[in-house]
Amino acid sequence: MSVRTLVINGKDVAGDADQTILEVARENSIHIPTLCHLKGLSDVGACRLCVVEVAGVNKLLAACVTKVEEGMSVVTDSPTLHDYRRTIIEMLFMERNHVCSVCVANNHCELQDAAKELGLTHFDLPPLEPVVEVDASHERFVIDHNRCILCTRCVRVCDEIEEAHTWDVFDRGAGCRVITDMGTPWGESRTCTSCGKCVQVCPTGALFEKGRSVAEAKHRRRFLPYLRALEQDQQ
Amino acid sequence: MTKATLATVWLDGCSGCHMSFLDMDERLLDVAARADLVYSPLVDVKEFPAMVDVTLVEGAVSSEDDLEKIRMVRAHTRILVSLGDCAVTANVPGMRNPYGPGPLLQRAYIENVTINAQLPSQVVPKLLAKSRPVHKVVDVDVFLPGCPPSADQIFWVVDELLAGRIPDTAKMSRFGT
Amino acid sequence: MTDVKDREQDLDRPEAQPEAGGPRACAHVCEAAGCMSLNADQVFEALRERATERGLADTAVKRVGCLRLCVAGPVVEIPERGLLFEAVDPSSPESIDSVINALQGSEGGRSTADDPFFARQVRIVLANSGVIDPEDIDDYVAHGGYEALTQTVTSKKPEEILEEVVRSGLRGRGGAGYPTGLKWRTVAKSSGAEGKYVICNADEGDPGAFMDRSVLESVPQQVLEGMAIAAYAVGASQGYIYVRAEYPLAVKRLRLAIRQAERSGLLGANIAETAFGFHVDIRIGAGAFVCGEETALIASIEGRRGTPRPRPPFPAQSGLWARPTLINNVETLASIPSIVRNGGDWYRAIGTEKSPGTKVFALAGRVVNTGLIEVPMGVKLRDIVFDIGGGIIGGAKFKAVQTGGPSGGCIPADDLDMPVDYESLAQAGSIMGSGGMIVMDETSCMVDVAKYFMDFCKDESCGKCVPCRVGTVQLHGLLDKITRGEGEPGDLDTLERLAVMVKSTSLCGLGQSAPNPVFSTLRYFRDEYVSHIEDRVCPAGVCPMTSSVAS
Repeated sequence: MSVRTLVINGKDVAGDADQTILEVARENSIHIPTLCHLKGLSDVGACRLCVVEVAGVNKLLAACVTKVEEGMSVVTDSPTLHDYRRTIIEMLFMERNHVCSVCVANNHCELQDAAKELGLTHFDLPPLEPVVEVDASHERFVIDHNRCILCTRCVRVCDEIEEAHTWDVFDRGAGCRVITDMGTPWGESRTCTSCGKCVQVCPTGALFEKGRSVAEAKHRRRFLPYLRALEQDQQ
Repeated sequence: MTKATLATVWLDGCSGCHMSFLDMDERLLDVAARADLVYSPLVDVKEFPAMVDVTLVEGAVSSEDDLEKIRMVRAHTRILVSLGDCAVTANVPGMRNPYGPGPLLQRAYIENVTINAQLPSQVVPKLLAKSRPVHKVVDVDVFLPGCPPSADQIFWVVDELLAGRIPDTAKMSRFGT
Repeated sequence: MTDVKDREQDLDRPEAQPEAGGPRACAHVCEAAGCMSLNADQVFEALRERATERGLADTAVKRVGCLRLCVAGPVVEIPERGLLFEAVDPSSPESIDSVINALQGSEGGRSTADDPFFARQVRIVLANSGVIDPEDIDDYVAHGGYEALTQTVTSKKPEEILEEVVRSGLRGRGGAGYPTGLKWRTVAKSSGAEGKYVICNADEGDPGAFMDRSVLESVPQQVLEGMAIAAYAVGASQGYIYVRAEYPLAVKRLRLAIRQAERSGLLGANIAETAFGFHVDIRIGAGAFVCGEETALIASIEGRRGTPRPRPPFPAQSGLWARPTLINNVETLASIPSIVRNGGDWYRAIGTEKSPGTKVFALAGRVVNTGLIEVPMGVKLRDIVFDIGGGIIGGAKFKAVQTGGPSGGCIPADDLDMPVDYESLAQAGSIMGSGGMIVMDETSCMVDVAKYFMDFCKDESCGKCVPCRVGTVQLHGLLDKITRGEGEPGDLDTLERLAVMVKSTSLCGLGQSAPNPVFSTLRYFRDEYVSHIEDRVCPAGVCPMTSSVAS
């Protein structure tokens, strides 16, 4: 282990060379909002919510994928960053058809939480209102693309933890969808083990279990670091 | 000193926000002491007054009737508050937007009706192509999302407005419940 | 080495027998994609048939790569006489005869000697384009091909090559202009116990850009030679050319070139009978623009979904299969053989101090001479448009040049005297880019141009990161609204605010540069946006302005 010392928001902190800015910040009780990040899964730097300013670097860096370096000086919040993050959340709300009040994840949704945290009171951007499908063909689970934010946690948990790689992403741009088995209905998937990990890691109500009430649909995610550790022990 | 005037308006919503308004319970007396409720679904006045200090709007703008009404209300209101998710985001009324009003009417008046199925041509106001949040149609001064916003939140906003301050709802805002 | 010499002599034999009456003239028929789509192969057949009838040798008509004046295709050149024949019609005996007659000494065609389109170009990358048969390695070798590689592997140390490339000052021709030598050094220094890779990025995708395609179709061996030299310098033994499926002719010629080079001992194991070996495979891209971004390209070669990943680590440290990988653009690699042959100092003397060498541009749009040009860096934009390009079609008024495609910007008339180099273009709010250059006159609406490129970016966004996936759609929606005549007073502020946000927060170069056309058109043509919004008028008369909302 080699230690790196750096400054985050004016505070002297230290972390291991292979730790990310996000990890070190959280260890030091410095909050950085995230959506695609989930402890126990690989990081992809896709939602861009965790972008931070690093002195001497002329672009913003995603804290979840940027390793700490000796002497680094990081700012995790500023009016500009706050504004960018608000816009990211607003863009996500406007991209698909998010209706918190009738959502199975109402009150335990990370998108809803992020909107609250960033103080969004309304949306100025026009909603895109696409017609997207709901796949309820699986006997236990449903994917409602109206609520999907393409964080790819389901893709990663299925590949990295369950090692089934049932999920992947199809198409590009606004046409992107998470799909099962090359686009066959979930219920017909031959690779899905019905383990339900994807449902547990979903930050919104896009993936949910049939027959559960909103109150019962809370996600359980603490199994991830445990499974990951177990896997590493075995290797 | 003349009392402030307060109005509430009900567009395309479920009236849940008005229920939450009533849930202020005994604090309603406090509000009533400082402002007159001059127009509301909860009172009997039929004409919107010439000028109202604060108007709370529940519901999205979904029909020609809603549109006409909110434009009129805006013209006669000093501070307009979008109250609740339908007014703020179009919420449930907006769920028809990807499909347009045609399939919605078909579903409601033809497919789900067993006797004398027909599309309404009278009384029911004509639906707009899209159901829209209030601020996409007229200027809005204060946003209070929530489905519904709690009585505490509503009281705080009304309290602040009656005290002559524009409340910063960013600190307490939340979509859904 | 001896093999090469032998073949050179074989090939020289027919050339060494001039026909009676002076040096033998040869009609070069352009068989690059542009002319091929205008039946250049039929032109070749017709010419050869007529030449045979006239008793001329088989070698009097030859297939070559791009002759550069694409607007006049199918083009035939007789270099010995400095004549160019435009729009040769294979079905017209007169058209065919005019070429054959010229072979035999008659006048005809257009003289290339004093034509600024040809005279003002400096050809290094394209030196052999239109000269050699792209499907014949021997022809390439006869014109000095593979000299640099054999020299390199038989008598030079990798460090010497690195030094030459650094000295040349060559900068990446894919668009960003990163110093090539520095990149090579980084890969050379990276530890590659498990191997290193050289990748040729031939995923050219900017609208209006066809430099790389033409290079691949015209001098495929030159690109392979550049790759092999690069591999020797950085210590790689495997290479990939990532080329789009939309370039079938380039793919075909590359395949052939690889096979011929392997058979000649110039690729594969023991190149030029040395211990150095380098294999090249082709990977065909499915046409996603984002796969031109290096990390997405690498993911695609690995068989994964072609989406970018955050850098660092840079491919030079951890690229293909997590190994050190050198990834260069087609034109960059095609510049290498002449740099090695003539030395870095020679190359550095061409162009400007900070942007040495030449650059190939695909000149397109409302200019008389559309086609492929190669010019020294630092040439004035005015010279490109009005001398080489021959000015605006119909003498219309010049409005702007778009460089750098969807990542670039527009340069207005006021900046026509600007030298074309990396820094100047960046200062003017555009970029060098890979070499697309679209000339526009007064018939182009700049809001419409910005909308066009945003439409392209939103379709080509891979969808991985939010600002690019959703932001480009929102920006396009706003531009579309303005061109429909529905713009509102606050829209320009929103446009700028969103553009800055997308640029600042996107994951890869596609999203980070997608707002550039918006910034640049706002910078120089803000009045056009204003008249769309305030007066509901499109000054160029391009936008539909369908909405006549009065309120």
